[in-house]
Amino acid sequence: MAKRPAGTLYRGKIGMWSWVLHRITGVGIYFFLLVHILDTALVRVSPEAYNSVMHVYKTPIVGVAEIGLVGAILFHGFNGIRVVLIDYWRKGSKYQNQMFWVVLAIFVILMAAWIPRQLMHTFGE
Amino acid sequence: MSVVIEQPNQPRSRKGAQWEKRAWIFMRVSGLLLIFLILGHLMVNLVLPERGVKSIDFAFVAGKWASPFWQVYDGIMLWLALIHGTNGMRTLVNDYSEREWVRKTLNVSLWVVAIALIILGTLVITTFDPCIDPDVETYLPNVCKP
Repeated sequence: MAKRPAGTLYRGKIGMWSWVLHRITGVGIYFFLLVHILDTALVRVSPEAYNSVMHVYKTPIVGVAEIGLVGAILFHGFNGIRVVLIDYWRKGSKYQNQMFWVVLAIFVILMAAWIPRQLMHTFGE
Repeated sequence: MSVVIEQPNQPRSRKGAQWEKRAWIFMRVSGLLLIFLILGHLMVNLVLPERGVKSIDFAFVAGKWASPFWQVYDGIMLWLALIHGTNGMRTLVNDYSEREWVRKTLNVSLWVVAIALIILGTLVITTFDPCIDPDVETYLPNVCKP
């Protein structure tokens, strides 16, 4: 079996798929950011305009979609720390697989805490 | 249609390389700051309020922006997030667009949108009047009540 060549961090498996996911979540967050700046800017138009648009955020569909948004933000943020460690920590690229599982563990824990709360707020009183 | 691929042994101009390096460093520094800013933003707006997302209305925002702390907080978040997001999108455009005019057009559009929204957002935060409508009791945050 040939020795694993150098420079395969982003070629295949976890290194590549986490990079793909980082890009997809990044694009999603970017477009939400554009919408979010515009909807918040409505506070400067009138309280009525802002409140009527905020009403949309409180509907079940957007309430559930927001779980996906927060999920994208959590993954992108914590995987971003992993990317910074790969770039700056001497052993970063050696432990990039393990760091991915840490990112996933943090993601699962925070989502497990967040999802019930959001569902409660969305579908409760 | 032809794709021009840079010669590997033909480095960018010194100025261009400097700019790319600074952009690269900015992504990491702003990214780390944004984790704290956005997690704090989500906690204060979505998780901690008793009714979650349903607590957010004009009075909620007015109550926050009556304080310089949240004006500065949201202002920093606005600038960092937009520049971080725009530069990230620029990376994707540079990677995936095949025609030079498409690449240039998309990149120019990205920065036009970013600058417009930074100006808009900054103006909204700095010129906002939390007590805008003293006649309508329900829109007023506590800070405006006599």
